Amino acid sequence: MPQSAEKTKDHVSLFKEPEYTEMFAAKKAQFECRPTDEAVAAQAEYTKTWDYREKNFARTKAVINPAKACQPLGAVFAAAGFEETMPYVHGSQGCVAYFRSHLARHFKEAAACVSDSMTEDAAVFGGQANLVEGLQNTHALYKPKMIAVSTTCMAEVIGDDLSAFIGTAKEKESVPADFPVPFAHTPSFVGSHTTGYDNMIKGILNYFWDREKGELKAGKINGKINIIPGFDGYAVANNREIKRYLDTMGVDYTFLSDVSDVYDTPSDGTYRMYDGGTKLDDARDAINAKATIALQQYCSDKSLEYIGAKGQPTTAFHYPMGVGGTDALLMKISELSGKPIPDSIEKERGRLVDAMADSQAYLHGKKVAVFGDPDFVHGMAAFLLEMGCEPTHCLSTNGGKDWATKMEALFATSQFGANCKAWAGKDLWHMRSLLFTEPTDLLIGSSYGKYLEKDTGIPLIRLTFPIFDRHHHHRFPTLGYQGALRVLVEILDRIFEMTDAASDISFDLTR
Amino acid sequence: MSLDYTNDTAAAEALIKEVLDQYPEKSGKRRARHLGVAKPTEEEGATSCGVKSNIKSIPGVMTIRGCAYAGSKGVVWGPVKDMLHISHGPVGCGQYSWSQRRNYFNGTVGIDSFVTMQVTSDFQERDIVFGGDKNLDIMIDELDGLFPLNKGISIQSECPIGLIGDDIEAVAKKKHKETGKTIVPVRCEGFRGVSQSLGHHIANDAIRDWVFDKGTPEFESTPYDVNLIADYNIGGDAWPSRKLLEEMGLRVIGMWSGDATLAEMARAPKAKLNLIHCYRSMNYICRHMEEKYGISWVEYNFFGPTQIAASLRKIAAQFDETIQANAEKVIAKHQGLVDAVVAKYKARLDGKTVMLYVGGLRPRHVTNAYEDLGMRIVGTGYEFGHNDDYQRTGHYVKEGTLIYDDATGYELEKFIERIRPDLVGSGIKEKYATQKMGVPFRQMHSWDYSGPYHGYDGFAIFARDMDMAINSPVWDKFKAPWKAA
Repeated sequence: MPQSAEKTKDHVSLFKEPEYTEMFAAKKAQFECRPTDEAVAAQAEYTKTWDYREKNFARTKAVINPAKACQPLGAVFAAAGFEETMPYVHGSQGCVAYFRSHLARHFKEAAACVSDSMTEDAAVFGGQANLVEGLQNTHALYKPKMIAVSTTCMAEVIGDDLSAFIGTAKEKESVPADFPVPFAHTPSFVGSHTTGYDNMIKGILNYFWDREKGELKAGKINGKINIIPGFDGYAVANNREIKRYLDTMGVDYTFLSDVSDVYDTPSDGTYRMYDGGTKLDDARDAINAKATIALQQYCSDKSLEYIGAKGQPTTAFHYPMGVGGTDALLMKISELSGKPIPDSIEKERGRLVDAMADSQAYLHGKKVAVFGDPDFVHGMAAFLLEMGCEPTHCLSTNGGKDWATKMEALFATSQFGANCKAWAGKDLWHMRSLLFTEPTDLLIGSSYGKYLEKDTGIPLIRLTFPIFDRHHHHRFPTLGYQGALRVLVEILDRIFEMTDAASDISFDLTR
Repeated sequence: MSLDYTNDTAAAEALIKEVLDQYPEKSGKRRARHLGVAKPTEEEGATSCGVKSNIKSIPGVMTIRGCAYAGSKGVVWGPVKDMLHISHGPVGCGQYSWSQRRNYFNGTVGIDSFVTMQVTSDFQERDIVFGGDKNLDIMIDELDGLFPLNKGISIQSECPIGLIGDDIEAVAKKKHKETGKTIVPVRCEGFRGVSQSLGHHIANDAIRDWVFDKGTPEFESTPYDVNLIADYNIGGDAWPSRKLLEEMGLRVIGMWSGDATLAEMARAPKAKLNLIHCYRSMNYICRHMEEKYGISWVEYNFFGPTQIAASLRKIAAQFDETIQANAEKVIAKHQGLVDAVVAKYKARLDGKTVMLYVGGLRPRHVTNAYEDLGMRIVGTGYEFGHNDDYQRTGHYVKEGTLIYDDATGYELEKFIERIRPDLVGSGIKEKYATQKMGVPFRQMHSWDYSGPYHGYDGFAIFARDMDMAINSPVWDKFKAPWKAA
């Protein structure tokens, strides 16, 4: 008998016991009607070929293992970053179960969000009654300071009008007339979660700046700088790291959506449904800031356009990682605020460069495949080039032509970019073909990359959302010089582990 | 090994009132029908859990429920391993459900098995405007070309499909003609019904309409042929179950749908008996097979030794004396393991209280497994149960047990805060809020990435996991020492 109370075997080892392997073999032989082992082996080999790659890249409709999610996920994430705000999704309820699970699995935190549970009758008559009732219930039960409404594709297909519905709900006293209910239409069939993030940030600003008290214009400058971090699985640590720099420099700032506390609450006996986040008054006052900086342009295009139209200067980065990325961000902050970059930060920079110099021989010429959101891939590739690595295959399912052009321009800045290519709109089944036909030394992406690692044997480094199968990575930053140092160490560790694993004679004690 | 205890009815009733008082009046009235306390009945050992169920969730209250798509693609169809399952519509549904149910299987991913892949038509605005049928047609050809060893393709409808009037059935028929493969259109749009539950039903109907009687592989029957129905092989659950059935001399000709192939589904009507694990999600197809092919069905429960032994005997009773004798042998063979597990863990778990809030069958089926370890169930409820689930629950829970149907986030938080059980068993959405309160938690959908929990092999793991959750040293660290009273 394979099982015992003393040495309890679970799924990791139990099914390797002969009682099970023999059972699997019998099931397969007698009942499954599977293809022959030869046919399976032949097809597996065929999928590694250039011929299969061409066939794979010729598809125009089938999407297989994409690395992107849909708009309302981003909207929920953005809304959660405001003070005591309940994200509210108008439409089918299953979507909300998915968003909450998805965020909880990554952050290892509860993700509060409500749905107004539209069903068949709402599909016929529209969802106004659901919204009127839903806002009232959410307000009574969860006592938020703001309810931020986004939509599922069901509500979008039937054409529900959020502005009118929310107006009706307020007339019917679901919530007080002055209670903030910003909204964003977030159809899942347009863009991705990054688009939804952008739409919700814009929706919230639009509420405070144009709807709450009529159309506002920027008033007396409050001296602050607004930061829009964008959809970032590492936001918990990265937002704190950026704030540390701003505090060190003495720059006054407002983060527009800051999930660092709500997705990283302490265990002390109390469940906090809300914690931290952008103060609503700070969001109101953000119209009077000196400038707005977006850390991820593809998460912020429409928001920046809106802010710009209010007369405020804006600037955007592509997830500024590494030495150059951090340099550029700090210099921009310095330029906008008039505050110099202090020696203490310059020393941090020096320590990062020191570490890169110490380890450069192990990084030089390493080929790396990268996938993720367009800003992440850009920032990651830029840092890889700084380390002397070659970001050979850069793939973004939600990246467009504009992104690909920017990536090509980035490659052109370095000799290490000579053999690199950007793959816009492609998925991880495409990546599989790329890795089999033109293998790299490493793969950088999210947990979804683990299937590629298993198939191709190329080690995966998890550095972007979602990370489900490793714990707590997101609690440490990837941005700033400290974040870059941590990313550097993760890459080096994998390289050293690979070297040790492949070594026999050269199993050196010192490397 | 049945434990004898009752819970505090008056306290449970007071708690329900306290929670309902927080709702706006109309919503409070609606929620009141879903909350109750198990009452004694005339039948010995049974209680009555008479709450309303399978009714629309109230808007804005934070229901835990999912949708019909989750019930069809996520539960019933997704695990069928040698078919490609298209999440037909926008990208999100397939993305969030990608590899999230731990339906274990043997096979080569992307070659002859496709369970851990996310295949989607990734609808864009033009698909909403012009319809998605043409692209679906092209997509099926592309998939068949890239994955030629697939045995079939299912089309799992997301919300827009039914709203824009696509005719996926026509596409399925056309593609079946062209490719010769089984193509199954499933109308599981997320807005249909009130929860996952209708998705199960629709998925069952799709098996009936698009798989059965379409030609089965050659097959020689024996008098001992059974189907193992509605075990999704979470963490490998169905395998220790299958092992027990085979040990008692039965032949499992089809396993649904964990580790299933299309052939195992198509062949099912040839069985002598259907053994159903998750009643909620597949009773429909069992009833159909009973009506059409005269196959009777038996519900069983392989959680914990008390229920395993009872179920093995119940199943054996459907067959001859040889099988019945074999069942006794199987039970006897495992008694040593059971005794060792109970000896090891009961002292550590005796008298500990448990609240459950799960889906399908687990809110009742796991209760005796806890009781086998000396633990007590103080509250339980279903996300998407029906009346017949609550009727069955009465045979499991004791008087005074708090019963909650389609509980909201607010209700669960308050119930847990007030009752402060020693363990909560629920899902990922509930896990972290519960743990923050200092209450130990196990995910009882995914087994918290452990398992299997079924059968005797699984019981040892179940006991180990409950012990490690409850007796972890971390719960003592919540209060900073300078604040400890």
